[in-house]
Parts: sequence; C-alpha cells; structure tokens
Amino acid sequence: MSKNQLDFEKPIAVLQEQLDKAKQIAEKGKVDTTNLIIELEQKIVETKTQLYANLTPWQRVQLSRHPDRPYALDYIQALTNGDFIEQFGDRTVKDDKAMIGGFGSINGQTLMFIGQQKGNTTKQRQYRNFGMPNPEGYRKALRLMKLAEKFGKPIITLIDTPGAYPGLEAEERGQGEAIARNLLEMAVLKVPVICIIIGEGASGGALGIGIGDKVLMLENTWYSVISPESCSSILWRNWDNKERAADALKLTATDMLTQHLIDGIIAEPLGGAHANRDEIFNTVKEEILQNLSLLKAINIDNLVEQRIAKFSSMGVYNEA
Amino acid sequence: MSWFTRIKKGITTSTKEKKETPEGLWYKCPSCKHIQPSNEHEDNNYVCLKCDYHQRIGSHEYFALLFDNNLFAEINEKMTSGDPLSFVDTKKYTDRVRESIKKTGLNDAVRTASGKIDGMPAMIACMDFAFIGGSMGSVVGEKIARAIDYSLQHKVPFIMISKSGGARMMEAAHSLMQMAKTSAKLALLSQAKVPYISYITDPTTGGVTASFAMLGDFNVAEPNALIGFAGPRVVKETIGKDLPKGFQTSEFVLEHGFLDFIINRKEIKPRISQLLRLLAN
Repeated sequence: MSKNQLDFEKPIAVLQEQLDKAKQIAEKGKVDTTNLIIELEQKIVETKTQLYANLTPWQRVQLSRHPDRPYALDYIQALTNGDFIEQFGDRTVKDDKAMIGGFGSINGQTLMFIGQQKGNTTKQRQYRNFGMPNPEGYRKALRLMKLAEKFGKPIITLIDTPGAYPGLEAEERGQGEAIARNLLEMAVLKVPVICIIIGEGASGGALGIGIGDKVLMLENTWYSVISPESCSSILWRNWDNKERAADALKLTATDMLTQHLIDGIIAEPLGGAHANRDEIFNTVKEEILQNLSLLKAINIDNLVEQRIAKFSSMGVYNEA
Repeated sequence: MSWFTRIKKGITTSTKEKKETPEGLWYKCPSCKHIQPSNEHEDNNYVCLKCDYHQRIGSHEYFALLFDNNLFAEINEKMTSGDPLSFVDTKKYTDRVRESIKKTGLNDAVRTASGKIDGMPAMIACMDFAFIGGSMGSVVGEKIARAIDYSLQHKVPFIMISKSGGARMMEAAHSLMQMAKTSAKLALLSQAKVPYISYITDPTTGGVTASFAMLGDFNVAEPNALIGFAGPRVVKETIGKDLPKGFQTSEFVLEHGFLDFIINRKEIKPRISQLLRLLAN
C-alpha cells in the first residue's frame, strides 16, 4: 500500500491491512485463512468501486494532486515509447523547468508535446517550481507550438498546474502578456491541437496552453478559474470552506462536460491514474489517436474556424 | 458682555430669501487632500488640479470624454448575467447581480458603444469597476466579443478601456473561458488588420491582464495605474518580502516593455484621436 494515503482511502487501507495479516497467518500455516482472504479481496474491490464512483469534488481535487500521479514527462515517455526529444528555452530569457516540450512520435506519427511538469521529490518539486510556469514557460510553449505549425505537426498539451507563478520576476517579465499571447496565437494555430488535463487545471496558468480543438479531462482532475483553497479564502476569508468551494465551483470533469466547457472525459483506472500507470497511458494513447484521426479529416481552415466558434459560444447570459 | 446673547429667537431669514448650498460643489483629492471646485476637477477630466491623481471613473465619463458631443450608439445594452452554477457564497449570485444593477444603474461591468472621435468612427468597450469590481463574467466576455465583431464587420478601430479585478469567481470556468473567447476574437481582428487600442486604467489585474488588456496593437495606460497578473498581496505573500516601490504601476510596466506609452487623462481625446489619424492616413 502506498505511503501517500489520502484520508478518504482509509477504509481500503484498513481492509488491506486485514488482508495482509490473514496472508501472514496463512504463510505460517497454522490456520487455514483461504476463505477469509477471498472474502477480504472481494470486499476490497467492492469498497473501491463504491468509493471511487462516489467521490466528492474535493476528493477528486485531492486525487488530482496525488503525489504518486504520473506527470507530463511520464506520459510523454510512455506514449512515445521513448521516441521523444526534449527542447529547452524560450530564446529570450531562459529555460523554464515547469514547462516542458518537444517532438515525439506515437505509432510513427510525429507530434509536438507540451506540458507543465511537476516533481516527485522535494528537490524535484522545487526544481520544477511545483509546476508553476513563469512567463518564459508560456513563451517556450508558444515557440514550440509555432515550430509544430511550421512543420505541420499536431500539438498535444498536457495540463497540470496549480497556477501560473505569482512571483516578482514573473510580473516584471509580463506573466499576463505571456498568457494572453498564447490564448490569441493558439486560437488560430493551423494544426490540430488536443489539450488534456492530467492533474490540476488552475485558471489562466492552465488555459495558457489550453486552447484546443479537443479539450479533454482525466476523470479525477479539476479545471476552474481558481483553486478551491483560494476561492474559500476570498469568499469566506479562510481555507476551511475549501470543500464547499470545490462543490460551488463545479470544477470536476463531469461538471465541466455538463456545462459544455470541455469536449470529453478520459476514464481512469480504479483508484486513480496512479493505481495503474500502464492502463492510463494506454487509454490516453488511444484517445489521442482516435481524436487525431477525427481532426485530421477536417480542412484546417474549417478546423480553426470551429475552434474559435467553440470558445466563442461559451458563457451564460440573458439577452434583454 | 451680553453680545454673545441672542437678541431675536429663531431663524429670521424668510424662506423666500433662503439660499441652497449645492451638493458636491467641492472635490477633495484622496491623494494630496487638495480641495478644488468640482466643476474644475471635472473639466480637468477628473484629474486632480494639483497632483495629477486620476480619479477612478466609469463608462459614463469615458464615453463623454471620448465621443464627439457625447453621441454614441450602445449595443447589447440590456444583456445581463445568468447564473450557470447556481452559485452561493455569503449571498446568492443572482441577488448580488440584482443589487449591483440597482446600486450602479448598470447592467454589468462593461458597456460597448460605437460613435465618432474627432469625426473618426470607433467602437469603444469600457469597463465599470463599480459593478462587482469590474469582474469579467460571461456578459463582459460576450459584449466585448460582439464589440470586436462590430469592429470587424464595419472595419472601425476597436478601443478597449480596461478596469477590472479579473475573472468573476461566481461564474468559475465560464468566466475563465471568456479570456479564450475575447483573445480568439482579437486574433481575427488582428488578421483583418483593424487597429486595436488597449487603454488600461487603474486597476487592471488577473484574467483581464492575461487576455485582452495586454493584446493591443497599442497598449497604453493612465499614469500610476495598478497593472498586473497576480495582485500585489499575492506576490508579496509568494516572495515573503516587501514589494519594491512603484511595483506594478503603469510606469513599472512601461519600463519592463509591456506598454507603448502612458496617456495623461487630461489629454485622452487628442492622443487617441492622433493615434487614430496616424493609422487612418
């Protein structure tokens, strides 16, 4: 069992512990626990199915941040089977470690991969700035997208960020302008663009690489204008209402699809993406290939037109 | 000794002779505390006569400052906010909107109108901070998008006057997507080579900075306006240090290369007009 256990996963942990004990006893050979083991194993599957089918929005937020969850580079390595060349730098200021990208291939098809990258260890997390890009990250992403457009290669973005970095230098170097520029340029890119939220989709920091023909969310991710914690602190002046905020923001994949703000949901293995990496990598690969074949069949000018029309139709208002 | 004592009782001035003191005859500058006649302050485009402090003003005032003879045709005037998420915080979002409409006399945080500036046609979208902090929800995004459509159709320059705290939280992801919507429309405007002037005023932060406000062919701002992506408090918390003086002001943003120039509001019309003329001729 992972040491990174979330609170709501406790019932499973308790059963797992019982199962481990039963197995130990069986090994010692004193008592026959075969029936107990079968019973417990069944119960674990039942509890898991029940638990993960009925997660609250806040629990999904927790899962989206699970430290064992695969990150952008894990996906890219698996999807391309290692046939990937990472590119660095925005050609202006520096290389942003929170934003990664480069050409790679799936089934012989060359694609541009771009994504926010988080770290697995404390050191790595700092190195990756916790997945919070600076302006140069967004400019690096744009540089790579333009490169992909130049060579006619479709773009896959993997979104996983708690937000664009709100630092001093970020402001000096125009965080707002960098994100804004990406929104404008991505809207008219003359290649198919698929955006997949693989973890956290926080606000402008996520949207900065999130304008695509297909925007898909993994089952246990969130996407909104603000994190539940910040929302709680603004509206209720404390962090205690984060669960309430998570409910109110309607930030889960299902909510986002119902509101027609995304194009689809990618199912995760039982227990979340980290519970079975191979399975989620395969699912994501299939989704990419399926969507690509759909998008490639559309004339590129029409595709751009549809992309703009899709985002233009978003929002709810009353005409007099 | 007795000259403090009142000889006659009561008010002796007859009602006919009573003089009314008009309300708001004087304006006290919140920055330098200088007290000045309101009409002179207004004639100075709401800029302090002494210290140049730019009072925050709304669409009503900006339209009057820019459009010839204050003549303009407003579009989508009656559009009001929906409540896609049935959002409730300390109060219901629908109540909050209704109260803001009542309090401000505005229907949402942006007004869009076409008219002429020194005889040259233009479409202006102007935000109102008084309406829920000028926050951008679906109405703001949609009205700006349609104003850009108008500019595209009629090939008239688009002027966006920004003044906003950013996205409107009560519309969550819907409000986030307005950034995408407005930026996509601006991409089309740019391709059609129709000029876009982004006129940034105090304050402009968050999702507005990270979309249309920073995308002008000309990014101009009023002096000493707060312009940034993250709010100053958030940046301060992030770096754990006091912020340098003048951080995130127009002058700071200009020095870092993100503004074309700064316009003192006293000269708003001649400067905008000059720009339009240079582009048209």
